Amino acid sequence: MHEMGIAMEIVEITIASIPAGMQGHRVERVNLKIGKLSAVVPESLRFCFEIVAKDTPLCDAELNIEEVPVVVRCRDCNSQETINEPVFACRKCSSGSVEVISGQELDITSIEIADEDEADADKTIEKSTI
Amino acid sequence: MLIKLLKNQQYNHHKTFQKPFHSHTRNDADRGNIKAGTSKIKVIRKVLDVNDAIAQQNRELFAKKGVFVINVMSSPGSGKTATLEKTLSYLMPEIKCAVIVGDICTSNDADRLAVSGAPVVQVNTDAFGGDCHLAAHVIKTAVNNFELEDVDLLIVENLGNLVCPAEFDMGEDLRLVVLSVTEGEDKPVKYPLMFRVCDATLLNKIDLLPHLDYDRQAAVKYIRQVHSDMPIFEISAKTEAGFGPWIDWLKQKINLKLK
Repeated sequence: MHEMGIAMEIVEITIASIPAGMQGHRVERVNLKIGKLSAVVPESLRFCFEIVAKDTPLCDAELNIEEVPVVVRCRDCNSQETINEPVFACRKCSSGSVEVISGQELDITSIEIADEDEADADKTIEKSTI
Repeated sequence: MLIKLLKNQQYNHHKTFQKPFHSHTRNDADRGNIKAGTSKIKVIRKVLDVNDAIAQQNRELFAKKGVFVINVMSSPGSGKTATLEKTLSYLMPEIKCAVIVGDICTSNDADRLAVSGAPVVQVNTDAFGGDCHLAAHVIKTAVNNFELEDVDLLIVENLGNLVCPAEFDMGEDLRLVVLSVTEGEDKPVKYPLMFRVCDATLLNKIDLLPHLDYDRQAAVKYIRQVHSDMPIFEISAKTEAGFGPWIDWLKQKINLKLK
């Protein structure tokens, strides 16, 4: 429901992360990690992102979303497992005292930025070998 | 012709079905991760880190001023406001309370809570784009309306919504979810994040149980399934049934921080 706000944050963080030497270049992809327990629906996020990315360097960017499964660790027997249903209990010893160790992520891991114009791509490669 | 072909290759190369994710890093170490066409820049930032940072500032402020903060969440119509009205009447004047109420529109809830004598600030999120939750920056601004030195307990009544508020830290000490027996027993497993992040459940409107086919045991089972050691207080904001244990527990939590 708050995907619009999340999408705006993504655009803001991405723009702030573009290195000084690459200002004005197009962002082609934003790589994200989203936990399955987080209250974010990837499809809604993509939809909102398309709207807020307009007229920014991210206008053509793709959101590459890696969904992170929910993993819990048992505080009693220390075993670790992925859960696919909302049953937060240890399958080995049935203890309910478990800690969620992943599945709540909402992280930007990296961004991919175009090396200026595609027509200049060859020149860029030449430059970078110098 | 050749250029066109290369472009096509690049295009195909970025289709989403290509898994696992790979980068275009060249072998030449000097070039780092520069690849033909794009450069990959490591970021590693939490999308909500701005909110989390403000929440941390709020937390430090509350610690300094000696204020215990609770964030009360639920679906619309679960009886949050009625529960808080009664809770305030039990706590005041022994514990000095202040309230922040979030709603998209109207000050109806704030008007009801102000009757208790506690200072109340209404936050209407339509000014924030009709947000479905209260975020840390909203709390940071709202607390300027209080003399925090004179407040022991700050109650934040969040917007009626079992999804979004669970995601946003505001700097609170305790999170509560109010679930009413008119809502269906399986809410905890439908909204696991909410019941996972909360520290206690208030199962409200138990005075209605004789009129409903509500399976109380099933509700408790579902809550335990998501959060096994979460305290559950069965209450009625109308008759005040069950308020004794709930108020005792809350006072104990407040005293733990403030003494």
